[in-house]
Amino acid sequence: MRNKKGIYNIDKVSIFLFLVLVFLGWINIYAAIYNEDHKNIFDISQKYGKQLIWIGASLILGLIILMIDAKFFLTFSYAIYGISIISLICVLLFGKEIAGSKSWLQIGGFGIQPAEFAKFATNLALAKFLTSRDLNLKKFKSIYKALIIIGVPAFLILLQHDTGSALVFTAFILVLYRNGLSGSILVMGVIIAVIFILTLLLNKFIVIGIISAFALLVFLILKRSRKNLIPIIGLSILMSMFAFSVDYTFENILEFHQKKRINVLLGIEKDLHGAGYNVNQSKIAIGSGGLSGKGFLKGTQTKYDFVPEQSTDFIFCTVGEEWGFLGSLTVIILLLWLMIRIVKLAERQRSTFACIYGYGLASILFFHFFVNIGMTIGITPVIGIPLPFFSYGGSSLWAFTILLFIFLKLDATRLEML
Amino acid sequence: MIKTNYSKRKYVIISIFILTGVIFLIKLFMIQIVDNDYKLYANKNVLRYETQYPARGFIYDRNGELLVYNEAAYDLLITPRLVKEIDTIEFCNLLKIDKELLIEKFKESKKYSYYKPSIFLEQISKEDYAFLEEKLYKYPGFYVQARTLRKYEHPIAAHVLGYVGEVNQQELKNDYYYKQGDYIGKSGVEITYEKILRGKKGLKIKMVDVFNREKGSYQDGKYDTSAVSGKNIYISIDSRLQTYGEKLMQNKRGSIVAIEPSTGEILALISSPNYDPNLLIGRIRTKNFNKLSVDTLEPLFNRAIMAQYSPGSTFKSVIGLIGLQEGVIKPETKYSCQGVNSYPIVCSHNHESPLNLIHAIEQSCNPYFWKVFKSITERENFETYQEGYNIWREHVASFGIGKKIKNDLVNQRPGNLPKETYFNKYYGKKGWKAITVRSLSIGQGEIELTPLQLANVITAIANRGFYKIPHLIKSIGNIGTPSKDYFDIVTTTIDSSNFEPIIEGLNLVYEGEHGTARWYNIDSVRICGKTGTAENPFGENHSVFIAFAPKDNPQIAISVIVENAGFGSIWAAPIASLMIAKYFNSEIKNNWFEKKILDANLLEIKEKRSEN
Repeated sequence: MRNKKGIYNIDKVSIFLFLVLVFLGWINIYAAIYNEDHKNIFDISQKYGKQLIWIGASLILGLIILMIDAKFFLTFSYAIYGISIISLICVLLFGKEIAGSKSWLQIGGFGIQPAEFAKFATNLALAKFLTSRDLNLKKFKSIYKALIIIGVPAFLILLQHDTGSALVFTAFILVLYRNGLSGSILVMGVIIAVIFILTLLLNKFIVIGIISAFALLVFLILKRSRKNLIPIIGLSILMSMFAFSVDYTFENILEFHQKKRINVLLGIEKDLHGAGYNVNQSKIAIGSGGLSGKGFLKGTQTKYDFVPEQSTDFIFCTVGEEWGFLGSLTVIILLLWLMIRIVKLAERQRSTFACIYGYGLASILFFHFFVNIGMTIGITPVIGIPLPFFSYGGSSLWAFTILLFIFLKLDATRLEML
Repeated sequence: MIKTNYSKRKYVIISIFILTGVIFLIKLFMIQIVDNDYKLYANKNVLRYETQYPARGFIYDRNGELLVYNEAAYDLLITPRLVKEIDTIEFCNLLKIDKELLIEKFKESKKYSYYKPSIFLEQISKEDYAFLEEKLYKYPGFYVQARTLRKYEHPIAAHVLGYVGEVNQQELKNDYYYKQGDYIGKSGVEITYEKILRGKKGLKIKMVDVFNREKGSYQDGKYDTSAVSGKNIYISIDSRLQTYGEKLMQNKRGSIVAIEPSTGEILALISSPNYDPNLLIGRIRTKNFNKLSVDTLEPLFNRAIMAQYSPGSTFKSVIGLIGLQEGVIKPETKYSCQGVNSYPIVCSHNHESPLNLIHAIEQSCNPYFWKVFKSITERENFETYQEGYNIWREHVASFGIGKKIKNDLVNQRPGNLPKETYFNKYYGKKGWKAITVRSLSIGQGEIELTPLQLANVITAIANRGFYKIPHLIKSIGNIGTPSKDYFDIVTTTIDSSNFEPIIEGLNLVYEGEHGTARWYNIDSVRICGKTGTAENPFGENHSVFIAFAPKDNPQIAISVIVENAGFGSIWAAPIASLMIAKYFNSEIKNNWFEKKILDANLLEIKEKRSEN
């Protein structure tokens, strides 16, 4: 079969989902910011009008990317990555500080967030790296190089005090896993999370006690062979040390508001008017939506500004309040559909690069999905990251568009690549 | 290719995605569909319930004279978040407070809530508010809420009217209608008719945003209710009579109670010393209340219903009635009197001997009534003295003596009319008889009445044998529509025919040659009355008087008690005459005693003078 020209092979389902999500995001932003004085949804002075402009620009961006030769991305991965790193350093030196984080660069009349663009840049670089011949993610040498590629931008972003965006980079673990990283790493991840939570909920000594008891149990189950003794003891010591470090980090390194957010999440603190306020109001807004919501533009919590950051981090509240459970269900299904579709598309790639890139895309989308929605319903701590394609904001919308469309281009030309 | 080995892992990754989605959906299901709390919280966030306060009912006297009305007072409220820089000096001047207080109050309100309004300054007067309102635009964050306070047209009848104050914890618990900060009647008519006077609160539900800014009515006011004003009430008091009586009683301790015999309506209820009801309103109430409650003159104490006095010789009228009813005497029955040498009770009046019932009343002869009392209670065919005593007691009790009167006056004392058990306990069942309790025959000893009960007794006599329960309410809502609550007739155990001779005697008190109140007769009205001098073990005797007028078809019955004033004839009797004259608008010729009464100050006299 003759290959159709690249642009006609583009996955229509993904485009469809992209457009639907962007559209729904736009009208929910309208509902979230709705202001009697500016009823017109096209009013540029309001966020919803502006979002329309960003959407327009992103469509153009997407189109441009689709017209660029796919090989371009493969060839210039590291270069793009390098530019991204430089921009991250620039923002640390010249950036504007907003709300405690130094994440914005002013260029002309525009502000852009290099952190957002670092996401796809890192994805490109990592994908390129993982196609190297002598790569073996079972070997430590490969692992640490991968971690550096992921870690450097994450670290720079951390220096900006944008913890949320930095944490996004942990999503790449899934990419590594798909490419050979030991599954036990994932298991370790879960155990670490559990120890982390337990240490904060209980006393660190109690946690060590639990670890010891658990180790003893494992030892007994594995038939007390000598061989197993040393690894078990070693691991127990490591986990205990981890517990100590969690405690130390929490007490001495985490900032006050970060501590508060974690405490609120774990239910240690209630603080309904401080740090717990956002989540509490968010749950109230969503919870009051019932089955089918209060109706478009009729959400009282939304209308009267009870949920802070409602057009950005907490945009999901508007969906929950105005469209109810059915609305929430719809948005979750749409996003899941997109993520799973991308995994499926990634699997059908002939090129390793494209496959890995696709997984990176899905993982990044998943991380945002998990943390953003989880935050609005009180499952994850309040970390300020947007809901892809939905939240208000030019930088994040463009970055996600680029992230997605590069993959769509790669996928459209999958039969040509080698 | 590497990916072939690990391609199964896609299932792990997809599972992670789906599992997360499922967990989210379960949680969303819980909070959106299962758990109803969030709907409630959402409403709580958004809805502001504004109570609409109704106007409290006015109180009028029996003729429609306004006694109590409402005046608007203004509370100044503050929403700290909206307050900007202000000219503190001008503001302090406007509010008439100093700068320290301003700063302190501002701190308090911020502590309460940065976003919610709270009371900054309470009950600014109408005049101050007028000045403030003009300039209020200069002070964003402050606004005024109107309140109503009680205002008293005349400074009279403080005990009758009562006062209004903020609800306390107990009152909040007893009736959920009230919220913290609401007003409720605390005494007098204000409390008895609270439910009628208070009206019904209305409600407006408004929607507010997170900064507590009003955004409109909830559901277009579908659930709003308007306030219903309290009903006005007309009390039976005649304010002219009440004012005059309070004036007569100034600087004296005691009480006047006047009743309209045919209806039981209380025309005047005076307790002295009293206070200006305007002292207990608004911001100044607590301060003044504390002052009044520690005042040694006890102005807050309503003597008319809470003080219990021995009726003294006024009680002889009842003894006489019981004697006639029991048939142990007739009007012609004569008993002798040895004056100060009489036994067992001395007579303090000089008069001829023997004398009949009518003259015994006219001249208040002690031994006469002692003998009547003995005849009533000690009889040959009675096995025990108690039999006679109980018969006597029943008659006395039928006049409303010895128990609380069930009417619209709160905090009454019941008086005292001892049962046989009282004496049995003290003396033993066989240890007492008439002579033991002889002081009862002349209205002394254990028998005690409140001034209201005493007025009720003379009312029953005026009616020739019945009374209607004395009460304060004349009508509710409309002056023409009488209140039906106290229409029932209560009969005494004495036949009406037996009242005539007694009434003759009472009339002779005024018109007779030797009447003990003859100096205070009024030409235009035929008055019947009885003097009494109540012995007071703690000090100077009390001056007591009961009367009704006119003799036939009586319009007013009255009891007067002046503490520590000695003989009934000197103080209580002239006061009664003056009250009656005032009620009938009669002139008293040669009114030498009015000025004397008005000017007299008897407050200093409490201890007993050496000898009468």
